[in-house]
Amino acid sequence: MNAIKEAFKTVSDLWSLMVGLKVTGKYFLEPQRTVRYPWKAVANLDTFKGHLELVGGVKDIFTPRCISCGMCALACPSNCITVVKRKAPKPTPEEEKALAEAKAKGEKPKDKTPKDPERFLYDYSLCSLCGTCMENCPVGALRFSKNVYMAGYSRNDFQFDLVLKLRESEAHAPKAEPAAPAAETSEA
Amino acid sequence: MTRYADMDQVAGDFYTNNFAKTAKESSLILNLGPQHPSTHGVLRVIVEMDGEYILRAEPVLGYLHRMHEKMAEVKTAAQFIPNMGRVDYGHALAWNWAFLGAVEKLAGIEVPERAEYVRTITCELNRIASHLLWWGAYLLDLGAFTPIMYAFDDREKVLDILQMPTGSRLTYSYYRIGGVALDLSEDCLRSIREFIPWMRSRLPMYKDLVSDNIILRKRIEGVGVIEPELCRRYGATGPVARGSGINYDVRRAEPYSVYPKVDFIVPTSELKDARGRYDVRMIEIEQSLRIIEQCVEQMPEGDILVKGAPKPSWKAPKGEAYFAVEGGRGKIGVYVASDGGKNIYRTKLRAPGYSNLSLFAEVSSGTILADAVAILGSLDLIIPEIDR
Repeated sequence: MNAIKEAFKTVSDLWSLMVGLKVTGKYFLEPQRTVRYPWKAVANLDTFKGHLELVGGVKDIFTPRCISCGMCALACPSNCITVVKRKAPKPTPEEEKALAEAKAKGEKPKDKTPKDPERFLYDYSLCSLCGTCMENCPVGALRFSKNVYMAGYSRNDFQFDLVLKLRESEAHAPKAEPAAPAAETSEA
Repeated sequence: MTRYADMDQVAGDFYTNNFAKTAKESSLILNLGPQHPSTHGVLRVIVEMDGEYILRAEPVLGYLHRMHEKMAEVKTAAQFIPNMGRVDYGHALAWNWAFLGAVEKLAGIEVPERAEYVRTITCELNRIASHLLWWGAYLLDLGAFTPIMYAFDDREKVLDILQMPTGSRLTYSYYRIGGVALDLSEDCLRSIREFIPWMRSRLPMYKDLVSDNIILRKRIEGVGVIEPELCRRYGATGPVARGSGINYDVRRAEPYSVYPKVDFIVPTSELKDARGRYDVRMIEIEQSLRIIEQCVEQMPEGDILVKGAPKPSWKAPKGEAYFAVEGGRGKIGVYVASDGGKNIYRTKLRAPGYSNLSLFAEVSSGTILADAVAILGSLDLIIPEIDR
């Protein structure tokens, strides 16, 4: 009786291996689940959170909407943002005259300095992509880019001026989509 | 001084030398890790061996210590959220939740109902991803390579879903004080609805492929028996405690959020061994799917962030609070004490993995080395969480 039980157990144990192999065989014949990366890209990149980028203004999309208030730099947990404000332009002699007159009348002169930042320094190597800066921005001038192909050779490649980056995007403006990875790899 | 004068001539570091003091004669002291593949990162275990058998084992921690608790002292509450995603890469959202739950409790902030549902759904999805990661990695430890391919196929789907609202795939920083950062879109909810039957259809395949496989059963059945009494002594929680027959789940024991409203069971196993812990985790995936299914149906419309949610410069009121959630590895507890200043004065993170690992020394003694690796894997250790 025991011998029969033993034999039955051995057979059922061996059968469990067959069942496993059946699964393996089934999946072996199925189409590939992975994406052959350099030739094909995955589809879900539109929700990807890449490095920060400045949002262009309503009238001129290559001038940042940013008002250089520095709230983002204040909120950042890793101190990776530095906003450099524009200096007031040197007034012309006529303006100086008008300024002196206004001062004599006791009026407060209106600040005509453009509000957009001169430089918006951003260190991507420190950024943890939490989005605190974005949420703290009063004018919605920051967003995450969709750039998944960000790579560089040195640490300096990840420290960039976002104002410059926004202006550079002008050069690539005619292209509706960023260069596909396929083109890059085939050249290499 | 004279005692340590010849220190540089002595082989081994402090831990090894300290460990070797009480070693028996003719026994072998072996160093597992910190760069061992089966230690999931940088855990180091010193073992004293007699032949193939382990006489004594001692885990050495601290190779991945990143001072998260200290960092909490120099950042405001909102600024500390990204840190929480990096404590435990497996179940990052549970850590997000534990910290924010403590801060919300301290400040008396009520989270909108929709945000609670969004939190539950994303946290449970993350739990599935965490268990799948464990499943693949554990079988990898045991010498089976292919299962991780199946696990990551499914895990990829979870990550795709979680990427929609969070934007990241691993180190989430998604919850905010008083809600969440972004609502679940229609697209996202549709993918979740599609994912649930898909994952359910995959679970029988997992059973056929691995769970019932005789090689795995012979490998883990009866290995690493942890008595409930031992679990209680070391404060082990999560699937480790439930695998030993202790019916303890923070979601049921100290209900928070919408868990009282959803119907799910807390799986336990009376086997007490590695097999029991394995079974518990596999059933937990099923139960998480059930929770998600119910939450997606019940989810009301509304805000996802409380009105007047705290800004990063917000100061937490004076006082202290403790909040615990159930993570993939056990009870995650965060204690915050604030003196009303800019930063929270003290944050204590209770990592479940730390308690779970502590009992390894006792469980592994007397087993063979190959079984010790099977026990270590069955505890589901994530080293960044243990070291914090």
